[in-house]
Amino acid sequence: MKITEQIEAYLRGEMTEKERAEFEELRANDPLIDQQVVAHQTFIEQLKDYGTRHMLLSEMNAIHETLDIPAIKDEVVPKSFVIRKLWNKYRMNAAVAASVALLAVFGTLTSTGYFSKRNALVSGYNALRREMSKEVDRKIQRSKKELMQNIKAHSMQGPVSPGEFSGTGFALTSSGYIVTNNHVIEGADSIYVQDNNGNSYKARKVYAQPQYDIAVLQITDNNFTSLKSLPYTFKKSTADLGENVYTLGFPRDEFVLGMGYVSSRTGYKGDTVQYQIDIRVNSGNSGSPLLDTKGNVLGIISGKENNVDGASFAVKSKYLIEALEAAPAEVRNDVVINKKNSLLGLSRQDQIRKIQDYVFMVKVY
Amino acid sequence: MSKEIKRSVPTDSEVILGILNGSKDILEKVYKAYFPMILQLIVMNNGNEDDAKDIFQESVLVLYDKVKSGNFELNSKLKTFIYSVARRLWLKRLSQLSRNAGNVKDFEDVLPVEHDLERHEEKDKQFKQMEKALVHLGEPCKTIIEDFYINNKSMQEICEKFGYTNADNAKNQKYKCLQRLKKIFFQA
Repeated sequence: MKITEQIEAYLRGEMTEKERAEFEELRANDPLIDQQVVAHQTFIEQLKDYGTRHMLLSEMNAIHETLDIPAIKDEVVPKSFVIRKLWNKYRMNAAVAASVALLAVFGTLTSTGYFSKRNALVSGYNALRREMSKEVDRKIQRSKKELMQNIKAHSMQGPVSPGEFSGTGFALTSSGYIVTNNHVIEGADSIYVQDNNGNSYKARKVYAQPQYDIAVLQITDNNFTSLKSLPYTFKKSTADLGENVYTLGFPRDEFVLGMGYVSSRTGYKGDTVQYQIDIRVNSGNSGSPLLDTKGNVLGIISGKENNVDGASFAVKSKYLIEALEAAPAEVRNDVVINKKNSLLGLSRQDQIRKIQDYVFMVKVY
Repeated sequence: MSKEIKRSVPTDSEVILGILNGSKDILEKVYKAYFPMILQLIVMNNGNEDDAKDIFQESVLVLYDKVKSGNFELNSKLKTFIYSVARRLWLKRLSQLSRNAGNVKDFEDVLPVEHDLERHEEKDKQFKQMEKALVHLGEPCKTIIEDFYINNKSMQEICEKFGYTNADNAKNQKYKCLQRLKKIFFQA
């Protein structure tokens, strides 16, 4: 205690001359005491620092109390900033939420097949190609055994794995040119046509006219033998309203006959390329020939309107001929439109019997 | 975007002289002249009024410390110095809170003040430590120490204030208090 008091007195300059000299000598001789002096001095300085700082802070707090903070804030901070601040603070959250929402919406739509359906039906219009893979999936679930038998049964007749889509097509020439709808074969990897007897032939697209929804295929398979000459002709003029018509197509794996009449000279939303036909057609009917009672091809079945009864559409044969005239030279030279009608005067049953060899199921992979 | 802040601003040399003389008047002028600028900086960069108060007061402490140690050279404007210090302090606070740790939106020129802040941090640590030690020390020791060393009161005054029979007793008490304070301070 005595030493500390001495150090304090020394530092505060409260010593007499004599005491001071004595203390300084002691300090010089004893490093321990010197160290104590320095330590004490530093500590007291720190204490004083603390004091001044403490005072400064309390003075500033007192000044702060006198200020009108909201008024200053109004002056320096623009009003719109509050909104922007909120935006800055929450925009990340908003972005994340929006992405999640988008992902959920599109994920759901994609997984439920909404988009693939969308392509098929352009607003109220339903193109009539048949989606086969879904049916097969169901079939697999129902009975694997059945499918196996199917494979065995069909293994001699070309590929068995069913196509993704199917439609109908019919012969343009006896040499193996077939016409169908462009939407049936759109995006196809490979195309097979299957005749009434169940024989499959490989085919390729040789020409398409998407704006008329017309595509021309050629059978390239070596097993294919030429057909007999075509029984039907193609009508160049527009059909009359009320004309009785029928069609043969493959909405199933079997022929299905549909009968009706021409109900309008224009198609979906006034499309002049098509007729409106009152006839029952289904998915898979796309590309079916539309014939009148005399055995003339009037058009090609292409679609129907959703939620409207009896409104089916067929591309007019006039545009088929027009499309063929615009085709590349090698196709144009090969495809000679048949002018000899051998169906005239026959009963419908006989007509169908004659036609059935010229109508094919078009399978698209 | 940033509004011009117009206020009666004391000249820089006036401020420095005032600080050296310990003038209360100057402190008030500085506070009133520069606080709005810092308020703007903080509020526009994710802070509130209380943050602005803390940051501004800390910046003033840095300024006082720098002026008193004789290091303040008038080659930059005082305003710029305060702004730079506050900006730096706020950036640090933001990164601690991990609120928008990237950058702040500036309203004024900026000086490099890292060196001053290092010194400030050191002092700040000591300050907090001392504060803690004094609180821990308890009464009446705290008041005796504060009166004697900080408020520069004589032993006689302290003796009367606390009702000690004589100055020696008071001295004894003060000595014990100081020893304990040192012990607490260096232990922490």
